[in-house]
Amino acid sequence: MTRLALALILSFFASLPARAEVEIQEVVSPGGITAWLVQEPSIPFVALELRFRGGASLDNPDKRGAINLMTGLLEEGAADLDARAFARTLEGLAASLDYDVGPDAVSVSARFLTENRDDAVALLRASLIEPRFDQDAIDRVREQVLTGLRSDAKDPDKIARAAFNAMAYGDHPYGSNYRGTLDSVSALTRDDIVAAHSAVLARDRLYVGAVGDITPEELGDLLDTLLGALPETGAPQPGPAEITIAGGYTVIDFDTPQSVAVFGQLGVEQDDPDFFAARVLNQILGAGGFESRLMTEVREKRGLTYGVYSFLVPRDHAATLQGQVASSNDRIAEATTVIREEWARAAAEGVTPEELDAAKTFVTGAYPLQFDGNGPIARIMVGMQMLGLPIDYIATRNDKVEAVTLEDVNRVAAELLTPDALHFVVVGKPEGIETSLPNEG
Amino acid sequence: MNRLRGALSALVISFVSIASAATAQEDAVTTFTLDNGMEVVVVEDNRAPVVQHMLWYRAGSADEPVGSSGVAHFLEHLLFKATDTLEDGEFSAIVAANGGRDNAFTSYDYTAYFQRVAADRLGLMMQMEADRMRNINFTDENVATERDVILEERNQRTDSNPRALFGEQMNAAQYLNHRYGVPIIGWRHEMETLDRDDALGFYDTYYYPNNAILVVSGDVDADEVRALAQKHYGVIPANPDLPERVRSAEPPQTAERRLIYRDARVAQEYVSRSYLAPERDPGDQRAAAALTLLAEVLGGGQTSYMTEKLQFESQKAVFSGAFYRGVSLDDTTFDVVIVPAPGVSLEEAETAMDETLAQFLVDGVDAEQLDRIKYQLRASQIYARDDVDRIARRYGAALSVGLTVEDVQSWPDILQSITPDDIMAAARDVLDRNASVTGWLTRPDTSEVTQ
Repeated sequence: MTRLALALILSFFASLPARAEVEIQEVVSPGGITAWLVQEPSIPFVALELRFRGGASLDNPDKRGAINLMTGLLEEGAADLDARAFARTLEGLAASLDYDVGPDAVSVSARFLTENRDDAVALLRASLIEPRFDQDAIDRVREQVLTGLRSDAKDPDKIARAAFNAMAYGDHPYGSNYRGTLDSVSALTRDDIVAAHSAVLARDRLYVGAVGDITPEELGDLLDTLLGALPETGAPQPGPAEITIAGGYTVIDFDTPQSVAVFGQLGVEQDDPDFFAARVLNQILGAGGFESRLMTEVREKRGLTYGVYSFLVPRDHAATLQGQVASSNDRIAEATTVIREEWARAAAEGVTPEELDAAKTFVTGAYPLQFDGNGPIARIMVGMQMLGLPIDYIATRNDKVEAVTLEDVNRVAAELLTPDALHFVVVGKPEGIETSLPNEG
Repeated sequence: MNRLRGALSALVISFVSIASAATAQEDAVTTFTLDNGMEVVVVEDNRAPVVQHMLWYRAGSADEPVGSSGVAHFLEHLLFKATDTLEDGEFSAIVAANGGRDNAFTSYDYTAYFQRVAADRLGLMMQMEADRMRNINFTDENVATERDVILEERNQRTDSNPRALFGEQMNAAQYLNHRYGVPIIGWRHEMETLDRDDALGFYDTYYYPNNAILVVSGDVDADEVRALAQKHYGVIPANPDLPERVRSAEPPQTAERRLIYRDARVAQEYVSRSYLAPERDPGDQRAAAALTLLAEVLGGGQTSYMTEKLQFESQKAVFSGAFYRGVSLDDTTFDVVIVPAPGVSLEEAETAMDETLAQFLVDGVDAEQLDRIKYQLRASQIYARDDVDRIARRYGAALSVGLTVEDVQSWPDILQSITPDDIMAAARDVLDRNASVTGWLTRPDTSEVTQ
């Protein structure tokens, strides 16, 4: 009886998805810098998100890791402040400035109080426009990067991911670790760091989102103060990656009780008309929490793993569909077999109307839950701008999900999912798996 | 120099605005207790139509029977199986079909379950969470499969990670008599024997409303939460026989312990030391507040004492730090760590760390640094209002270990009242080698291998 009652409640609520009430305005500064703003005066601080397209993929190939090291040095001294004075000043403002780097962007996530906003912006400006790149700071941060690289070399997850990327993306920057290698990072000079700085921090690849206690006029002035002195342009963006994934297994021997497998195949670009159908399909296949097909089959029914996931990876220059699982060395073979079977089942039989409804309800219902703080909203707005989405996208996005039909999902499942071309990189001492490509018998 | 003056003038302004921020935060919090003894905390933030519903049980791994390590966490997994009215996995499926996410976590002193979902689904979440408080109904097959899952979880979190294995040995050596020495996830040989009776025994002892704390945060109204909580949880009878949380206490620790953990998978060697330390106690939080600030002053960030001495000056370390977590039912630990720079041995690193600690006891607290830390703590109350789920977690954890709402709300003021003398007194008390464990995480010594 209760189960029936719950089902009734479910269908009642399902017709009333929560809506995110986010009012975005576009602000163009007197100096011509564009930002998206959500004014939110109830808490006296601002979250500011800056993103520079290209990120570590703008590395000179001979200087791999330079942009990563440069990004790590932005907080290690600027203008007349050395690293320690910079850190003391930042602490004294109770602001936070986080600098991050990835394959598609260098990002800066800043948070500062209204009561000392000008001082915080001055400090952030100094770090972006006038970083010192002192040799002692370079050496110190370089050692931290090398420490991380040495750890990666003994981390099964990282080993698997690196091998998968090298196989999938080949010579494209996506194919190598953006943090560089022990050799490349050891060889970086201060000149390389300076060159990396001018390659990536430029106005023609800049995207800005701001949320909090600030007016459009104040934000306009802030943008010019903060970013007006950046150079107009930097290094050219890389071209598209040629994705080369063949089916089969790559086994990398590593002495550990549990094997890690990273797997994947071709994916779907975010501007593809089928993207939302693929998004819903992946929700059913492996993106969900406990209720996805992969979790149900690999964990809930067989207890082969603690977690198994699949995810779309639509980067600027290549789209893949990837996944990850970890199982004991004596059980990983079965786990990968079940995953490949689920791939084949979805491609051949598609999904059920019930699965589609549940996935659409989740994907539309989860969307407004993301807008739950100034920082998250600022990051979402910058992501939207980088994808070229319209400023009213948030209000229309769930309609695009609702418009996905069972025919769409099943057609995309049949076209997209290629179980024979799914490649597994397995790191550990897996029993019953050997390196193989599909045509090698 | 301008920047420094700016920061100082900002400090003066901040006393006004930050005081109002603290008031605003407390205004958003409502607490009450249902007739059956269940405590309820509501943290309101009406800016986004989202709610987080959390249920915390005052039962964690340190409450487990001897020989059944891991059962608290195992039961947490099994609570996602069938109840009398829901099928296996249906709980999470319903949450997901409502656009929400759910999960759970287990610690030494508590187990907590939570969902994040659109605000108008709160009643449904309560209905289901109240259902599984008393009505779970898992099968022997569930038990067998889920035991494999937790063993894989242990594989992934612990056995694949030399740092985690090292930490497990450190903890076991730190606690001579208290259950905090046993890992939350359990020792493998005991996990392998967990069965249906172990899980149900734990469930039937602890999963009752008078042993639970409901924490709801987000776009809600306190009166509405009260009505819903009364409807769904208020009807569940309390357990009059709820056992007192008596754990075997630590004897005086009178001997320094040292250990070396060797593992070929170690990429970066380091030295870690833990000292037995007092926790936050109800109505008595000053010692813990002093230790919280000590960890910040000594090893909390880029301007901390250890970072200055070990990374910038002597350059013996690529990383160093100090850590303290005061939210605990019984004695906790104060930890320091040093990751040596290339060419520096673990022995040299440990010596450098000890010299630094000794010198700190001579030098004392830098007043300007302490001012900056206190200013950051005040500012964190403003930033916290942007993340009410975090405020909610703070209340849930604190009430689970026996602290009161008043303790949580007075904590920021207590931190502000701590003096440099308080911090130095706490340092002299806690840095007692007789109550400490020093561990080296290193690779196997291949030079001694004979064929």
